[in-house]
Amino acid sequence: MTLSARDVSWGASGRMIVGGVTLEAAPGKILGLIGPNGSGKSSLLRLLCRLRKVSSGVVELDGRDIGEVSRRELARRLAFVEQQATTEIQLSVCDVVRLGRTPHRGALASWNAADEQAVDAALARVGMSERHDQHWHTLSGGERQRVHIARALAQTPSELILDEPTNHLDIQHQLSILTLVRRLGVTCIVALHDLNLAALFCDEIALLHEGRLVASGTPETVLTEETIKRVFGVAVRIGASASGRRHIEYLVDPDCYGDAAP
Amino acid sequence: MSHHPVQPNWPARIGIALAALAALVFAIALAVTIGEMRIPLATAFQALGNGLFDLGYPVSAIQQGVIFDYRLSRALLAGLCGGALALSGAILQALLRNPLAEPYILGISAGASTGAVAVMILGFGGAALTVSGGAFLGSVAALLIVALLAAGAGGASDRVILAGVAGSQLFNAATATIVTTLASAEQARGVMFWLLGNFGGVRWPDVFVATPVALAGFAICMLHAKALDAFAFGADAAASLGVAVTRVRIVLFAVTAVMTATMVSIVGTIGFVGLVIPHAARFLVGPGHARLLPVCLVIGAIFMILADILSRILVPQQILPIGVVTALVGAPAFAIILYRARRPA
Repeated sequence: MTLSARDVSWGASGRMIVGGVTLEAAPGKILGLIGPNGSGKSSLLRLLCRLRKVSSGVVELDGRDIGEVSRRELARRLAFVEQQATTEIQLSVCDVVRLGRTPHRGALASWNAADEQAVDAALARVGMSERHDQHWHTLSGGERQRVHIARALAQTPSELILDEPTNHLDIQHQLSILTLVRRLGVTCIVALHDLNLAALFCDEIALLHEGRLVASGTPETVLTEETIKRVFGVAVRIGASASGRRHIEYLVDPDCYGDAAP
Repeated sequence: MSHHPVQPNWPARIGIALAALAALVFAIALAVTIGEMRIPLATAFQALGNGLFDLGYPVSAIQQGVIFDYRLSRALLAGLCGGALALSGAILQALLRNPLAEPYILGISAGASTGAVAVMILGFGGAALTVSGGAFLGSVAALLIVALLAAGAGGASDRVILAGVAGSQLFNAATATIVTTLASAEQARGVMFWLLGNFGGVRWPDVFVATPVALAGFAICMLHAKALDAFAFGADAAASLGVAVTRVRIVLFAVTAVMTATMVSIVGTIGFVGLVIPHAARFLVGPGHARLLPVCLVIGAIFMILADILSRILVPQQILPIGVVTALVGAPAFAIILYRARRPA
């Protein structure tokens, strides 16, 4: 048992954004969170790491209500990677990763060998050791996301929450980021936009629609033609990928090709 | 692999601290000797010995008075003021994630001067409210108004500057209204001179007020140095790193307001120090706040002491308002930062 949400709801200015969601991340597995734009994925992730307070329901970490855990203690267990967070401050790669040690250090503590080790190990795990001193602003989108993941790993979390980590990346970097996430061996909850990427990389999938959980389970049970038609409003044909996972083919109106139709 | 020392290099740190202290003492010594009455450095130190320890050096009563009662207190206050404003700028820039944030541009200084003028001229608050108290209430009001305006405009960090400009205008208008309609001609002249920043009236009691405020403010900021670093990627990122964002914001905004209000109530509004010094300090020691904040304090102090000397000697027989001198340096620096901060297309 690790991170779980029980009947969690949240709203802003009178509008329900997350309504009665119950889910649980299996230890060491990857739970994908999918759903159309505005379905509440980002909000739900923020509730799971206590960046927003639930209106009702409870989020538990090892059976403890996270509302009762201090923010600092929580940050040593649970790390969050935002969508495309950036800064105008002139930071180097290791400056950013060092931030991950914040919850482990007292106000007056000086930097110690354990901190340094955690930073070096985190950079090695994301394959950015050689970029240690490079400036943040000179990194590509995919590299920045790697550094953010390294920063999260420097927190030495047992649970990692990622909000659309592949957004705005080209396909090579989308695949390399998610491959990296799979190899971490940390319990992950990842919001994803692309259904095929979710099918390829997630052990389990939770499907959100208008703030509510519509389906959850293995990719095979969640990603069906009927469910996708109902939630996303698109026609698909489900096949199998070369790796034996689900592959979603989008069906479009053949008329749109006009005379050029094959 | 790492290029950062694991253990802090104490001898180097102590060396740098001593060098900074020596520079500070040198600036103060310059401030004490330079002026309409030129005083040799040796005499200055003798007068200091007389004033502090009653050593009985043969220093003329006039020189003793000028050095100890006027120039030394003035130089110390200039240093405290420059340090506190630079510190406030560094804090606001980190919390608001905006390189242009500082007490003057955000209207906090304008609010403080409105509060101070309300007490001085209107007698607002009666005997219960001192000029410093009025300045503090004014600065908090300005901070709240700017925060509300910025939140109403969407809360993005560039909106904060626009809100600050609006807030400054509002409070400057209020100050001008009070001064032009209700102050006597003599009061009005005094207030206008004070508003542009003036160390002329500084005496020892002011130093005794400003010293604990600046030093306590500095200590509180230093305790939050790591939390300030964590704001680099925004408030949510800081919270997910274990920082109690709301508490840190309230504490540090309050510290900024108190430091600014105290300085404004003593010497008036002085712009751009809070903007320029943190950028210069970042250029020297990088963005980490554990180093940045002490460097801001020292450079801000030295800068303000030198600016005060300039204000006294730039125009013979006249004293320029200190705000004019800092603006002469600060406005071009503001333009450069604005130019460099533009978003890549």
